[in-house]
Order: sequence, then C-alpha cells, then structure tokens
Amino acid sequence: MNPRRKKRLTIVISILVGLSVVAGFVLYALSQNIDLFYKPSEIYQGKDDTGIKPINGQRLRIGGLVVPGSVKRDPSSLDVTFELVDMRMPIVFKDSDPVIKVHYDGILPDLFREGQGIVANGMLVNGNFIEASEVLAKHDENYIPKELADDMGEKHQKPSYSKEQLEEQNY
Amino acid sequence: MQFDSISAFFDMGGYAFFVWLSYGVSAFLLAALIYSSHSNHKKVKQKIALRLQREKKLRKAAQQNSVQAEQADSNTAVLQNLPKNSNKVVS
Amino acid sequence: MWKWLHPYANPEVSYHFIGKLLPWLAKITMTLLAIGMVWALVFAPADYQQGDSFRIFYIHVPTAILSMSIYLAMASAAFCSLVWQFRLADASAAAMAPVGAVITAIALFTGAAWGKPMWGTWWIWDARLTSELVLLFLYLGVIALHNAFEDKNLAGKAAGILSLVGVVNIPIIKYSVEWWNTLHQGATVSKMSAPSMSMEMFWPFVICFLAIAMLVTFVISIRFRTEILARNSMRPWVRELITAEGIK
Repeated sequence: MNPRRKKRLTIVISILVGLSVVAGFVLYALSQNIDLFYKPSEIYQGKDDTGIKPINGQRLRIGGLVVPGSVKRDPSSLDVTFELVDMRMPIVFKDSDPVIKVHYDGILPDLFREGQGIVANGMLVNGNFIEASEVLAKHDENYIPKELADDMGEKHQKPSYSKEQLEEQNY
Repeated sequence: MQFDSISAFFDMGGYAFFVWLSYGVSAFLLAALIYSSHSNHKKVKQKIALRLQREKKLRKAAQQNSVQAEQADSNTAVLQNLPKNSNKVVS
Repeated sequence: MWKWLHPYANPEVSYHFIGKLLPWLAKITMTLLAIGMVWALVFAPADYQQGDSFRIFYIHVPTAILSMSIYLAMASAAFCSLVWQFRLADASAAAMAPVGAVITAIALFTGAAWGKPMWGTWWIWDARLTSELVLLFLYLGVIALHNAFEDKNLAGKAAGILSLVGVVNIPIIKYSVEWWNTLHQGATVSKMSAPSMSMEMFWPFVICFLAIAMLVTFVISIRFRTEILARNSMRPWVRELITAEGIK
C-alpha cells in the first residue's frame, strides 16, 4: 500500500473509531432516560431503577392500563377523564393498585378503550393527577380475528364522536 | 373472502387511506429499486462497451500511424515512437 | 465447506451461475407476491381491535425483520472481505446496502402509516422507532462510503468497518421493546415460541415474508452481478462477454 493511501485509511479508521466512541457516550447518557414513560406506581415511589420522583408541574409521559369503568366522557365536548394503573401481563386489576387520574381534551385514538394500555403526555398536578395534552394507545402483540373475538365475547368499539363534539374542538 | 363488495374492499373498514398508502408506497419503492438496479446493470455494461470501442479505434489509429511512418521514409524517429506510446496509454 | 464453495468464489462462475438463477428467482417472487398480497388484502381476517388497518402488518413485519437480516448478511460479508481480502464478499456487501436501505425505509413508513390511526401519532421517539431510524442512517452511511472513494478496495474497507461497528444496533432494535418502556408492542412472530396470533392470520404472513425475502434476493443478485462487472471490467472474460452480447 502506498503511503498516501495508508494515510487516508488511517484517517477514515480514526474518524470511525471517534464516531463510535461518541455514539457510545450518547447511548450511555440516553440510557438514563431512554424509557418512554413513567408507570403509575413510579409517580408515587420514583423510577424503579433510578428512584427519581416527578414533581408537580413537571411535563412527563405516563403509561398504564385504563381502569374499567373509570372512563367518563362529557356528552357535549371532547373532555374525558379516566384512571390508569400499572401495565402487567396477564391483565388483572386490584383495588390496592396505585391509581393516577388523567384528564384529556382531544380526540382519542381508535384503539382506546377500558382495559387498554395507553401512553399519555402531559403535566403532573397535585401528585396524582395528569392534565394530558396527548393520548396514544399502546397495542399488545396479540391479534385476534374479528369473528373469533366475537365468539369469545371480546368486542371492540372504537371511540365515536358526535358532530357537536367534533365542532367543539375547533374553538 | 372478507369483504361483501368491491367498494367495501376499497374502503378497508374506514382505514382506506392508511392501508392503500402503505401498500402503494411500498409497491412504488420496490418497483423503483428493481428498475434502478436493472438500468444500472445496463449502464455499467454500456460503459464497458464504450471503453472497448474507444480502445479499438485507438489501436486502429496506431496501426495506421505506424504504416504511414514506414512509408514516409522513416526520417523522424518521433513518429515511430508515437504508436507505442498511445498503446501504453490505452492499456 | 470452503472446498465446495471454491468454484463459486470465482467472479466469472458466480456471474454466470446467478445469471441462470435470475429468471427462476423472478418467477418464484412474482408467484409468491401475487398469492401473498391477495391473501393479505382479501382473505386474511381483520383484527377485532384494529379492523382492516391490521393488513399493514403483512408488509410492515416482513420488511422490519428483513431490514435486520440484510444488515447482518452485509456485515458478515464485510467481515469476510476485511479479514480474508475476499473480493466477492465486498462486492456482495456493496450490492446489499441499497436494498437494505429501501427495505428499512418501507418498514419505517408502513409503521408510521399504521401508528397514525392506531396509536394516534405518526412518529414517537421511543427506543424501537429510534433504533430502526439509526439503522436507516447506517445503511445510508455505508452506501455513501462505498461511493466516496475512486479506489473500490479502500471504499469497501471504510464501508466494511462502519457496517461492523453498526452491528451493535441490531440487538438494540431487537430487544428495545423488552429492555425499555416503549410505545411499540413486543414481538408477535418469533422462532422461539408459537406466534401470538391465529393460524388464519399467520399463514398469509409466512407467504408475504417469503415473497418479500425472494424479491430482496432477486434485487441483490442483480446488483451483485453489476458490482462484479464493474470491478472486473479489465478482465478478458468481461471483454469477451460484452463483445459477444454486442452492446453499443
């Protein structure tokens, strides 16, 4: 190999090594907050691995299961409140679970329903209440044909909105 | 068959936009990939063919040059050297 | 194994051998694609929650799996070329990079078009989506390095090193949904256990996966032959081939 080529190769290699070292540091820094969301229990006790507790007024994401029977929708507007508990498989709800209440004023995703996993983006108020600006549905890895689900009595109805409710959104 | 009618099929249970967008964009990208790979193959072949032709021309020109040089009493050594040089450039 | 592989390691033999395979690959791909697409779009049942938007699954999951497999294949080829100076391996790595980039782009795009109606957003910076985006950038980097140098040997070395460094990203993509909280769900189809879906949904997936895998093989084969020609353009067998085919 001639010297000029050798020099170029050394430059390329050193750039690549440098890049990967930087990428490694970035990943390490990110690993502290690469988790997308807090679980409801973590709002009360702090993060499982770091113990960091969120404070009132902090913007955060929360992920959990919508408690059955807790969804209350206003008939004339998009306002909706519901309660969240920790996500776990298989899905069971206990009265002792730590609960976080969420208020949201917007259109819910099609997958939203009671017992569904969701991720909400919002501000923590009063230590256990979240004023959400965005609600996303988290899907599980199970897919079931419609007919089969009907037979099992598992029906899904996506959230529907009346004209009046949708018009209200524009104001 | 999961759909009652053609229009129900195109409607995709209300998700027409997202389903057809996904299938459409994927089909387009894959078709574009196949097309560009194929035309790239042709282009490379044409490039090589072009170079071969140029080589042929140069070789012919070199031969003619050497013939002329012999006819022209060969009083200039420079002319005789020329064909050898041009051959070198080619290969 | 090396002895058995040896005749195929010759550029001329590989070029002609793959040339003979190409029409068959095209036929198999077309058949599988036709069956798979009709099955996925018309006959597969809709999901009880997601309805017909579930049909995006049949493109999204195969392309997502293949985006990682192609990367691993490319990195292995790069490794062979770096360690044993195996020229053909370098040509195949160069052939795989653009195909992998397109497949990754499709996986990302179909995922976004599925996420919008189901999750409520086109994009979110969770670990799975971000690491898959990094994979796309890795492919683009490898392609850029392959074209950055006049000297194909040097270009192959630089691109090879980048693709080897990038292998770290593959387990991150694969296990991101288990290691961290993500919006993206866990794996439905994996080799270790039974799939979390009924058989009438699973079989069309198998066909679609095979169809796209064959298509990928087909395109990589075309590009591989192009790379062989471009890298051996001075060889007598290439001259004879071009002259025989009468290309102007």
